[in-house]
Formats: sequence, structure tokens, C-alpha cells
Amino acid sequence: MSDLQAIYVLLMRDVKKFVRIKSRLIGSLGMPIFFLVFLSLGFRRAYIPSLPAEVNYSNFVVPGIVAMVLLFSSIFSGVSVVWDRQFGFLREIIVSPASRTAIVIGRTLGGAITAILQAFILLSLSYFIGFNFQISKLPIALFVMFLISLTFTSLGILFSVFMRDVHGFQIIMNFFVFPVFLISGSLFPISELPPIVKELALLNPLTYGVDALRWSTIGFTEVNPFLDFLAIFISCICFIMLAAYFFGKTEVE
Amino acid sequence: MKPILVQNLYKKFDQFFAVNDVSFEVESGEIFGLLGPNGAGKTTTIKILVTLLRPTKGKAFVAGYDVTKNPGMVRKNIGVVFQDTTLELDFTARENLEFHARLYGMSDEERKRRVDEVLSLVELSDDADKLVKNFSGGMKRRLEIARGLLHFPKVLFLDEPTLGLDARTRRKIWKYLKEFKGETTIMLTTHYIEEAERMCERVAIMHKGKIVAMDKPASLVKEFEGEVVVVKADNIDKLKNKLQVNFIERNGKIEAFVDNAEKFIAKLFEIARNEKISIEEISLKKSSLEDVYVRLTGGEV
Repeated sequence: MSDLQAIYVLLMRDVKKFVRIKSRLIGSLGMPIFFLVFLSLGFRRAYIPSLPAEVNYSNFVVPGIVAMVLLFSSIFSGVSVVWDRQFGFLREIIVSPASRTAIVIGRTLGGAITAILQAFILLSLSYFIGFNFQISKLPIALFVMFLISLTFTSLGILFSVFMRDVHGFQIIMNFFVFPVFLISGSLFPISELPPIVKELALLNPLTYGVDALRWSTIGFTEVNPFLDFLAIFISCICFIMLAAYFFGKTEVE
Repeated sequence: MKPILVQNLYKKFDQFFAVNDVSFEVESGEIFGLLGPNGAGKTTTIKILVTLLRPTKGKAFVAGYDVTKNPGMVRKNIGVVFQDTTLELDFTARENLEFHARLYGMSDEERKRRVDEVLSLVELSDDADKLVKNFSGGMKRRLEIARGLLHFPKVLFLDEPTLGLDARTRRKIWKYLKEFKGETTIMLTTHYIEEAERMCERVAIMHKGKIVAMDKPASLVKEFEGEVVVVKADNIDKLKNKLQVNFIERNGKIEAFVDNAEKFIAKLFEIARNEKISIEEISLKKSSLEDVYVRLTGGEV
């Protein structure tokens, strides 16, 4: 009972904050919009051998940038548990009867909802600047977005368990989030990478997320939609379970 | 079963014991205070009792449940007000309270009634729908106390409830707590002597992870009764080396804690004559809880 309430409270907290704090929303959309516009402009005449002729670069890159928004926003939500637990509202929930697992689920869902709302706004904006995606497959795209954001929010929470303070955040951003983003096939097809690096890309859950997102929006795929769903689903479940397990074991100092 | 029972509790961080063999019990409905300087181990003790930290050794029971074996049941029965605010600043006062009521499984009807009730108890009814980030420190504290008592906890823990508040607000907080606690047992930590004296029915003085004294504030003063001789001299450092009693140095004067002031003063003049120190001022005062505290914790306030 109180577990469901805790999930509801944590979820509503993120939704309310998303609606109330406009500056945060605008701030978070700035970078991806610039990425989208200038990459599309800069590479509009570039020849990329593994892209078929009917897929132009702008259409190719939109799902990648949507995935970027999901990745960054989710990781940030997850890692922010570090200071939320030390100084914030999360403490109030940690001493309530809600179980640790419920707290992780509530936090993960809240982070995922925030990420999806941001990504969805970006996707809608891109429609107006000429991104033509298959609207009929939008529910599938949203489902993929949900899986991606759950995966990376719970991974962020997992990081937060092992972080002593906020300084570790820079290390995670520069040595984890950026490499994951750059070799996920978001900005260029992974087929363009040298074989060893491509193997690495295939170990990256985001690669499958991006591919599934691209398949469900513009119909282009480099891997295999079935494999995509399987891989992203499994990593999602694994990270949530790991986050719940380790979060439950930590003390608050 | 006692609402709080602590037996030989230890908490070790790296190389030092933040809590070092602490035992005490709190009676039902009592207001119990842990008084001590910063770093004495008060907050660590509270964190163990509210299940945020696991003890290294020893046992602690809250509301009849073992804090390590049954933390879920402990959490159901307690309210906690932390030293730093844990309100969601982007929410209104009412939203904060409603979320809290949900977490503790109150029905919709009970929730509405109780939220209004506690808001008026701490005189925040008019500010109920304002965002908490626009609240003053005192208002936030009042709201947190209202939240802590919202679900009728068996035990309410408060970590430095009036830290950083002005004297008037501090008094208000004490008033609210005393008036609205009902059956709830309260345990608080503080380093304000006045707070311990006015709020608490019983006080434990904590120093370097240990409880060095525990009783009613008035009894503590009596137990450690003695006289305080305040001396001002031209060469305090020299005098200090010769004294064979407990003392502290404050405002350039020595405050010596003695059992018999007459004998001590005679001795003092003898020392002064032998050492050629001239005594400029001498006065006597009755020891207060503050003196007891200062004496037991070595003068670190």
C-alpha cells in the first residue's frame, strides 16, 4: 500500500516539477535543438556509404538526437539521487514505511517520464522543421523511448549508490555518458566504425535503443528490430534490479 | 516496551567511534534531549534510531522494534525532522503534507482533515497554497514539525529542531511541540542549553561518542552542584598551571568549578602570593545547566 503511494508520490513530484519549472525545460532543449539544426545543415550533402540513398542525414539524425535527450536527462535524474538523498526530499521518503525497491521504481519512473516528455517535445519540434516520421508507429516509438529512459535512469541511480558526492558527476558525464552517446550510432551509422569499435558499439544498450527508435520512426535499421527490443528490454530489467538491490543496501551518511 | 531502548550502541567510522558504548531508555510520552557539542555523536545516534545507519555493535529498539532486524516497522511508527530541510521546495505547504499523508497510508478523508488540522496548529493555514521555496526558515521548520506529527507517530525524532532560528521563532517551535505532541514520545538533539532546559524532561549530555551524564535538567544541576569561582588576574596562564581544580577559560577569566569556595579562594590567594600574580577580580556564581555542560564537555560549546 505505502509502496504504491511512494511510487505515486515520486512520480507526481517529477511531473509537477516538469510542468512548474519552465526554465529547466527550455534549458534542457537548447543543446539538442542546436545539435539537430547544425548537424543537419552541416552534413546535408555529406556522402555516408552505409546510408541508403532514400535516407537523408537530417532524418537519420533526429532519432539519434532524441536518444541523446533521453540518455542525458535519464542519467541526470538517476545520479541526482546522490544529493536528493543527502540534502533533499528523498530523505523524507527513505524514513517512511515505503520499501527501498518502491523508492527506486518511483524515482526511475519519475526520471523516465521527465526524459520522455522532453524527448517528445523535441520530436514534435523536429516534425515542424521537416522530419517526416511514421505517425502510425508513434506508440512503438514512445515505448522504445520509455525503455531507453528506464534503462539509463536506473543506471544513473546505480552510479549514485557508489558516488560519495557530486564531484563524481563530471567523471560520469565525460567518461561514460559521452562515449556511450558517441558510439551508439546516434550521429552516424555504426557500420562506419572500424570493426573493433563496432563490436564495442554492439555492447552498448543505447545502440539498440537508437536502432529501435530509428526503425519505428523512419523505418531504417542497422541491427534488427527484434534483437533491438530484446537487448534494450533485458538491459532495462537488469539495471532496475541492480539499482534496487544496491540502493537497498546503502546507508545514508 | 519502552518507546526507545538503546543498549551498548557503537558506530565506527573508519578509525574512530562516533558512538561509543551508548545506552539509554526513554519513557512513553517523554521529551528526551541529547545535548552535546558538534561532533559529539548526537546526529549519528539519531540516524541509527531512524534506520538510516546500521550500528557497528549493540542494540536499539524503537517503538518495540529492533532497528536492524525490523526497520520497516520502526519507520511505520516514527516521524523524523532532519537538521536540514527535506521539504520539496517546488511544492506548496499543502502538497508537501498531502504527499506525506499518502506515504503513511492515510485515507482520503482523514488526509484532508488532518492536513488542515496540522496547518492551523502551526499557524500556516493562510500560507498553505504558497510554494515552500518562498517560506522563511522559521516557516519551513514549522511546516516540517507539522509534517512530522501528521501521521500520529509513536516517536518523533528531531535533529537540532531550532538550529539557525531566532529566539522568538525558537520559543514558538517549543510551544508547538509541547502543545501538539499528544501521546507522542519526543527525542531531540540540540547544542542549545536553553532548549534542553526548557523543552526536555530528561537530558543526556553526550561528549566524544559517550553519554557523560543523564537526568532531569534540574537534577543534573544538583548532582554536579558546586560553586563557580570566577577569577580575573594579570597572568592567567601562570595561574592556570598552578590550579588543581576543574576550570574553563572564558572572556579572559578563569571559571573554576569547586566544592568549597571559601577554601578555594584562600588557596588562590596563597598561590597568587607565591607566584607573584595579582588578582584583579573575583566573584562567585551558582552553577547552572550550562556550567554542568561546559564542565563535562571540556568547554566546547
